[in-house]
Formats: sequence, structure tokens, C-alpha cells
Amino acid sequence: MSFVFYLLAALTIAGGLAAVLLKNTVHCALSLTVAFAGLALLYLELDAQFAGFAQILVYIGAVAILVVFAILLTKGSETPKDGVYSKNWFVGLVIAAGVFAVLGWAVLQSAAVLPHQTGPAPTVTVLQIGNALMGRYVLPLEIVALLLTAALIGAVIVAMHEKESAK
Amino acid sequence: MNPLTGYLLVAALLFAIGLAGALTRRNAILVLIGIELMLNAANLNLIAFWRYGPHPEALTGMMFAIFSIAVAAAEAAVGLGLVISIHRHAHTTDLDAMNRMKG
Amino acid sequence: MFETLDQIFVLLRHWLVGFLPAAWQPAISVVLSVAVIVGLFPALFALTVLLERKGLGRIQNRIGPNRVGPFGILQPVADGIKSLTKEDIVPTSADGVVHFLAPVVLVVAVFLGFAVLPMGRNMTLVNMDASLLFYFAIGASTELSVFMAGWSSRNKYSLLGAMRAVAQMISYEVPLLLSSVAVVMISGSLSLNKIVEAQNQYTWGLPHWYIFTPWGFAGFVLYAIATTAETNRSPFDLPEGESELVAGYFTEYSGFKFALFFLGEYLAMFSISGLGTTLFLGGWSAPFSFLGWVPSWIWFFGKLLVSMCVFIWIRGTLPRLRQDQLMNFAWKFVLPLTMLNLFDAALWHFLGDGWARWVVCSAILAVAYVGMAWVGMRTKHFGARSYRYAE
Repeated sequence: MSFVFYLLAALTIAGGLAAVLLKNTVHCALSLTVAFAGLALLYLELDAQFAGFAQILVYIGAVAILVVFAILLTKGSETPKDGVYSKNWFVGLVIAAGVFAVLGWAVLQSAAVLPHQTGPAPTVTVLQIGNALMGRYVLPLEIVALLLTAALIGAVIVAMHEKESAK
Repeated sequence: MNPLTGYLLVAALLFAIGLAGALTRRNAILVLIGIELMLNAANLNLIAFWRYGPHPEALTGMMFAIFSIAVAAAEAAVGLGLVISIHRHAHTTDLDAMNRMKG
Repeated sequence: MFETLDQIFVLLRHWLVGFLPAAWQPAISVVLSVAVIVGLFPALFALTVLLERKGLGRIQNRIGPNRVGPFGILQPVADGIKSLTKEDIVPTSADGVVHFLAPVVLVVAVFLGFAVLPMGRNMTLVNMDASLLFYFAIGASTELSVFMAGWSSRNKYSLLGAMRAVAQMISYEVPLLLSSVAVVMISGSLSLNKIVEAQNQYTWGLPHWYIFTPWGFAGFVLYAIATTAETNRSPFDLPEGESELVAGYFTEYSGFKFALFFLGEYLAMFSISGLGTTLFLGGWSAPFSFLGWVPSWIWFFGKLLVSMCVFIWIRGTLPRLRQDQLMNFAWKFVLPLTMLNLFDAALWHFLGDGWARWVVCSAILAVAYVGMAWVGMRTKHFGARSYRYAE
């Protein structure tokens, strides 16, 4: 387990923790960006170049900005009066801890039977990805295109100012 | 401990953190932030298995992750549009205050 | 001899690194290249700032700065001393950490973009399979720093400027990417080195630069428009217009942090015009085959400086666009034309060699441009044009 992995894992976990623990909403959004960057670097460490760059482009370049704009448009940057955690925060924490315990136990129990190919990563070039997208995965590609169009139109309609009814 | 276990544990931890955030915060946007963290944790799982697993088909893992990124972006857009619309109606994003169906 | 001159920096680096033990050589080689980039481009920045002030002055019928040194040559030195010694004022209600990090994030992101530009034959710092994707991914991160700067200042004008700037940057990001995708489609690779290699061929002495094709010319113009908007340059500089918003998102910055923002903006201009040169103007290849003996890095930096001069020229000439005009222009004019350009590039590829494809592709683009302009201008009525000269 290399030093780089530990460093990047620590960065990502720290970003994630800050994103759910901080009081100021904009600080949470910026820590989320740090978590995304840490994840992109983890993908690059795993030799998944295209996924890493796509992560930076889509998540940091678009989703983070979307979150930040939504915070600004809903006046989220003002600190709320009565605390940032809901009334039943302890139950939520217990559930999350329980989920982590189950997942961690499953991973550690099956550590012996997990595949661990320590050879070189499969070389996936952008050319192969392009060919696959146009060949074997053309149906998912078209469906994702339709999905994105529907999501875009839907988000605009949902968030649009309603027209005043004619008086 | 082999590398794959390390990555899977990081992904599980991130997932749990995102779940905790989605369940305990009051602001609707922070719930969406938690959901994004969960989706990213699942993506990390996919890429880790793509790297360290057996490879009958070298592209599937990467394609799955890329499609997941695209779908997550679409879902974030719609979710945030909904939050903005709710804010316009109720003038708050506090989820504890929105506990009635009557609008 | 000219081959040596062409590869002189590569050979120099190889010679310098040869003094070190073999285990350290790759790391020190990269560190050396990074140090050169970090030293060279700020020096070019100083030169460009001077060029801009003198050039703008001449366009506006006045002499630029001429007090410091002969013809004002040492003005950048004076500017540097000023910005280093000015007091660094941070408002008490500002968010300290974010306020500090915003210029840092901007400068780091912009410097990262220089890593993939092919500045000469074999002179790319990092040669990746998907280098264009890396460049655009890093460029998307600069918008976040603009937002951080505007929000952390806790100032209405800064926030307004930051939101306008981010809205403008994300609107023009799509035409920027789509006009580059046409180049990627035709050259068949996302790697910037391969794109330059594809343009480095000559027919009858003329190069195969993509700007000399109909879709390449339209693509270059659309790319230039998107670039001017992405780097917040006039005529798209409403977010930082002095007469509108004090100084926009960097109102509350002074001293060295302001200098970092300024540096970041100009470096972004260099980086993105370097990319435009690589995509459309042939990167480091010479304009005519008989000029191939001139070193490749001279061509690259020459084209870069010409792009800078064009930026300065446009800044001095065109009036500023209003925010809604800017957004309308992006979504209703530039984006449809960019998509049509993509289709046009595909048509160019499939019509095969010959004169027919030139006529068809140029005709499609010309008709689309004239048609959309006619539709857009139907509702606008201008008076007679008048001129006023300085006495």
C-alpha cells in the first residue's frame, strides 16, 4: 500500500468529513470539491486516466458549481439560527455507522478471495473507449443522451419563475 | 492487506460519511451533497475492481463508471432545481420545517 | 546545425541532468522543465503587460507609460515592486481561508494547463494520450476560484461580479469544447502532439493547418470568441469592468493577491491561445515548407505573441457587451454555429479530396452565418454611423 494511496485517501476522507460536518454551507460545498479532487487523483493512481479527467471535468467543473449556485440562490450562506443538524441526528449517525460496519466486515472477511491482480492495469486508450461507445455501448450512450436532455429540460422547467397569471 | 481491500474500505467509509450527511443535516442542499458523496464512493468501487479484478473484458468497468458520472450529474441538476423551486415556495430549505404534505 | 538549434532546450536539459545519478534523473528532469515554465511565462506576462499598456495607449491616441526607463520598458518592474510592497488588506468580515486560497487555486490551475502544450518539437512537458481532455478539465477548475474570490469578500459587488463571471464562463465553455471537438474528430486523437503532427504536412509549400479549411476557419473564429469570453477579456469583461462593478470579484484584493489574480488572468490568456495555436494554427509547424529550418519553438512563441496582440487590439477597439447580450450571443448564436461547424467538419471528411468539399462546406457555413445574423438583426434598428476624432 503505497504512501500516495494513504495521502490521497486521507485527503478524500477529510474532504468528505468536512463536507458533512461544517456549519457554513459554502464551506461544505468547497470541501466537497476537495473530496472530488481527491477522488480524481485516486482514479489517476489506479491508471484510469479517462475516468479521472472526466471526474474533474464533470464533478469539479459542473456539479460543484451547480451546488454553489444553488446555495447562493437559496440564501444558504446565512447561518441558520437553531443548529445545522436535524433533531434525529443520532439515529442517522447510528445507521451510517451500521452500514459502514457491515460493508467493512464484508470487505475484510472476503479479503482472501478478492481478486488481486497486481499486474499492470489494462490499457484502455481513448480510441478504444470511443469505439466501444459507438459500437457495443451505443444504446446506453443514446439513453444517457436522452436522460441528460430530459434532466436539463426538467430542471429548467422546475426552477423557472412561474409566469404571473393574467389579471 | 492487498491494495483492492484498501480502496474498498475507503469507498465504504466515504459511502458511510455521505449517508450520515444525508440523514443528519437540515439543509436540503447538504442532503444532496451527501448523495453525491455516496455516488462517488460507488464509482471508486467500480474503478478499483476494474483495476484489480480479472479482465475478461477490459472496458466494462471504465464504461460503467463513466456512465455513472454522467447520470449523477443529471441527477444533481434535477435535485438542485427542485431545491430552488421549493425554496421559492416555502422560503426556506430547512427540511425539519417541511414535514407536512399541505403546501 | 538547425536541427540542434531546434532541439537546443531538449539537449540542454539532457546534458544538465546527465550530471546526476540515474535514479534521480527523471524527477530532476521534470523539475527543471517545470522551473523553466514557471520562470518563462511570468516573464512573458511582464512583457505583455507593457505591450498592452503601450498598445492600448496608441489605439486610444495617447502614449502609454513612458517614464520608467526608455520608452517605459521598465514599467513592469515598477508594477512588480508596487504590488509586492502594497499593504495586503483583508476585510474583517471576509472569510479568511477562502479569501487566501482563491488566487492560489487560480494560479495553480492555470500553471497546470501549461504542462500539455507542445511548445516545440519534442518539447511537451507531459505527453498524455488524452491531453486535450486534461487541459479542459483543469480549465473548468478556474471558475471555482472566481466564485471563491467573489463570495469570500462578503461584498455585494464582488458577489455580483463573481456570479456574472461564472455564468459567462460556463456559457462559453460549451462552444469552446465543441469547436475543439471538430479538430479532434478530423485529426483522430485527443493528444495535442498528434494534432500538431497531423498539421505538419505541406502541399505545394502550403501547410495543412486547420485554419485554412472552411470548418477550421469558422472553428477558429468561434474558438477565439469563446476564449475572449472565458478569460474575461474585453468585449466580454463586464465582470471586471471598472465602470460597472468597481473591480468585480477582486474588489477586496490588494497587493500581492491582486497581482496573483492579474498574473492568473494573463497566464490563462497565454495558455488558451497556446491551445488555439496548437489546434488551429499548426502549433510549432512553420507556415511554408521552405521555412522549416527556423526552430519550432520560435514559431510557437511567435504565434502566441501574435494572438496576444490580437487580444489587445480587440480590447482597444470593441465596446463592452452587456450581460444579457453576452449570454444571448453565447446560447443563441455561437452554440448553434459551433454545432453546425461540427457537422461541417464531418462532411469535409466524408466528401473526400477535391474541390467539391471546399465549395460545399464553405457554402453551408456562409449561408448559416448570414442567415442567423439576418434573423438576429431583424429587430434591431441602428442610426447612421458617426465618427469623432481627437483634436
